[in-house]
Amino acid sequence: MAILLPILPEVLLLALGILILVLDPFLKKGVNRRPFLGMFTAIGLLITLSLSLILARPADPSLVFGGMLRFDWLGFLFKMFFVFAAAVTALFFMDTDTLNQRAEAYLLLLAATIGMCLMASSADLVMLYLAIETTSIPLYILAGFLTDDDRSSESGFKYLLFGALTSAVLLYGFSLIYGFAGTTSVYELGIHFSNFDLLAVGITFLVLAGLAFKVSLFPFHFWAPDVYEGAPTPVAGFLSTASKAAGFAVILRLFMVAFPVLSPDWSMILAVLATLTMTVGNLIALAQKNVKRLLAYSSIAHAGYAMIGVVAFSQLGIASTVFYLIAYILTNLLAFGIVGIVGHVTGSDDVSSYNGLGRRNATLSLAAMVAFLSLAGMPPFGGFVAKFFVFSAAIQSGWIWLAAVGVLNSIFGLYYYLNILKYIYLYRMENQDEDQHPLPVSPPVALALVVLVIGVLLVGTVFGPWFGFANHAALNLF
Amino acid sequence: MQFPFLSVIVFIPMVTTLVLLTMKPEQKKAIRITALSAALLALALSIWVYFAYDKAAAGYQFIEKYDWMPMLGISLHFGVDGLSVPLVLLTGIVMVTGVMISWGIDDRPREFFAFLFILASGVFGVFASLDLFMLFFFYEIAVFPMFLLIVIWGWIKTREYAAMKLTLYLFIGSVISLVGALVMFWTSGAHTFDMLVLETVKFSPDFQKIWFLPVFLGFAILGGIFPFHNWSPDGHVAAPTAVSMFHAGVLMKLGAFAALRVGIMLLPEGARFWAPLIMGLALVNIVYGAFIASVQTDFKYVIGFSSVSHMGLVMMGFATLKPEGLIGAGVQMFSHGVMTALFFAAVGMVYDRAHTRDIPKLGGMIKPLPLVGIGVIIGSLVSMGMPGFSGFVAEFPIFMGIWKTQWLVAVIAAISIVVTASYVLLVVRKVFFGKMPEEFEGHIPPIGMLDKIALVLLMALMVGIGLFPALMVPWVQSGVQHVLTLLGGA
Repeated sequence: MAILLPILPEVLLLALGILILVLDPFLKKGVNRRPFLGMFTAIGLLITLSLSLILARPADPSLVFGGMLRFDWLGFLFKMFFVFAAAVTALFFMDTDTLNQRAEAYLLLLAATIGMCLMASSADLVMLYLAIETTSIPLYILAGFLTDDDRSSESGFKYLLFGALTSAVLLYGFSLIYGFAGTTSVYELGIHFSNFDLLAVGITFLVLAGLAFKVSLFPFHFWAPDVYEGAPTPVAGFLSTASKAAGFAVILRLFMVAFPVLSPDWSMILAVLATLTMTVGNLIALAQKNVKRLLAYSSIAHAGYAMIGVVAFSQLGIASTVFYLIAYILTNLLAFGIVGIVGHVTGSDDVSSYNGLGRRNATLSLAAMVAFLSLAGMPPFGGFVAKFFVFSAAIQSGWIWLAAVGVLNSIFGLYYYLNILKYIYLYRMENQDEDQHPLPVSPPVALALVVLVIGVLLVGTVFGPWFGFANHAALNLF
Repeated sequence: MQFPFLSVIVFIPMVTTLVLLTMKPEQKKAIRITALSAALLALALSIWVYFAYDKAAAGYQFIEKYDWMPMLGISLHFGVDGLSVPLVLLTGIVMVTGVMISWGIDDRPREFFAFLFILASGVFGVFASLDLFMLFFFYEIAVFPMFLLIVIWGWIKTREYAAMKLTLYLFIGSVISLVGALVMFWTSGAHTFDMLVLETVKFSPDFQKIWFLPVFLGFAILGGIFPFHNWSPDGHVAAPTAVSMFHAGVLMKLGAFAALRVGIMLLPEGARFWAPLIMGLALVNIVYGAFIASVQTDFKYVIGFSSVSHMGLVMMGFATLKPEGLIGAGVQMFSHGVMTALFFAAVGMVYDRAHTRDIPKLGGMIKPLPLVGIGVIIGSLVSMGMPGFSGFVAEFPIFMGIWKTQWLVAVIAAISIVVTASYVLLVVRKVFFGKMPEEFEGHIPPIGMLDKIALVLLMALMVGIGLFPALMVPWVQSGVQHVLTLLGGA
């Protein structure tokens, strides 16, 4: 049994998925399915989370399964957040028509989560590629799950096309690496990439292109707004948080471990990419009227901020990127959860559908305030400390201009996030009395939101322990 | 172990916010009473801290230190010195009077007081923090509720514009300072955000010269320094009464105080190098602010620009780097805070009744609103630095300090006193005396009990400090001593 410990979360996820498939035919059509499927998945994920936390904590990092996976804190920490994000997303699914009736939706969610868990711990290029595909394929389907909605189909198809293309590029890069280095093990590649030549740069570019797509770095960000807008909102939330964090887990491992010698020279390229990603994301977000598109562009910008920690190329840099992702997962899930609720009730994701929200549901509005201010980087919410740490890491490594670009960018961010708050609190519904249009939140979604709000506040105030985990993951990476 | 006064003061408003948010929005009365009791408690504690502060011992007192994140040297570190203890008291006073004056807010009072108290918590936190990280943490906490308070409860015509402008200005300032602070942290090699340690680090003169300006100006934006003062009158005018009081009364001091604490005290060499520039900017503030104020026709804009002018005096006091100037600046921060709070409260009371702030349209308000009139008159006397009022105690030393540094600047700055006198007296005459326009006859109800208490409290402070400077000056003096030591005993 001990051999299964490193993949305990994956095993449990798989068991949960099979259980859902087996139970599904016995469920009657109709109302009962909704609470059952969602709660069952969420509780199952919660059990997975707690069992893994209790039983499967890594000790010293070690390569397992013939060097395919690495059992370390970086992988473990990310896995726990993926499982958490999946649990929250499962609760959000319950409020989305179609998704909440179909066991397949939950199964696909679990399959994608398994893929992400493997992505975070892969130590071999073959394993890594398989994990990425295991993540992506279910997500393509989920994005296009609402077959009677043209936008959802378009979203799924677009995601598939872009995804397949960049996967091919990534795979090509991997094959070249194998051809030149003669090994696929991430931890042995470092020796082979010992000098900085054109070939190495070319190969790394191919790999970077594939990964940049996953985390929506400029110039591979074009898919994000269209896909997020069309996909069911909880799926978009999952895509923008867990899937993006999984991409960053891979970036951290590859760029810190496999291509370390390249890094000093690479840092400048990555710094420019981070700058462009932040700036493009934030500038385009300024003009958005659709909240899902706005969050898509903002999530592009956030990938840029998280990238700053990678550029810093230091222990603090890695830890701050990991911490950034923790704060970002919690915050953005919260934001998408709120968008989901409002979209569900008003039938629109336009920013004007937030008019009068402050009067229709004061508590939900406070949650929205927490989410958007945390995205903007305001204390006492998670976003502030997260930004503080990445900027701090950048300055420690001498990237003062990058930190300056980052803080200036956060001003754009503040503008459009505050703008949404203006719709929520200031503007009124047209010719209608808000008291007549309360905006109810169903209990499971309310539960998820409460957990996320508490999470965002905890990460923002009691940040010591969280940063401790992130730092531990960073220490363990090599 | 002594009672943790400062953390209790800082967290009372925060906890109150949480309590308020759990109450039902319909229980408006209960919400107001909760808010007022919390504010009174915070005030009581800050009065206690003020008088228990040992002036003879000076230095930082009421120190509390809890390791928050040892890995990066961040701790929750509170303590006050002679410069910050009056500001903590000021915050308590403005908080109580602000709540009293906002009693009549009927649109979502729960959210109003909740946001106001988050703001108050941030302000207390900045004044009491001895940790650079925590200072930023609380600083930002004080910035964002402002946006919501102005945008939701502000003056309908300009609130969206002004709220966004204000928030962006302040945020830009704070993030620029933040970069500077991080550079200081890594350069110091001390691996701590503890300002008491950073004070002892001798940064190289070149480093100080480069980084002083961004750090100082970043904070000074909130202090309304020229040419970044533009947000402040707009913000004051658009904000609801209590928020204007908080804003001009306390928040601008936040900027000035942080500029002193982080800019001048941690980078003294840089301060010495850039002092002439700061002095020049402050001079523009003082004179230009006064002239602009004198041509306004909106009562609230007059006060808004007079704040720019008066905050210029605070910056000027800092820039002298002389004991007189610094003491004056310290007292001015308190005195101006009380005076502005009173002015804005008075403007709010007049506006609520007359529904206009256009000075030519007002008149004869002294009859229906005698106490407001007296308040504004006393405020005006403070504002022009009349002996016997707190303004004199503050401005006289500042001018002494300037004179010792550069007599020409003192002469030019003195023009502002004349201009100030002319516009405040004009406002008093037009708004409170003369003939009341007919449409107001019999339509100006008297002010309520709580309003009266708030006004009297503010007036008493201004007269009290004016007559008995010993109630404040020794405190400030003990704080200034420490600043001067850091500046190298100049």
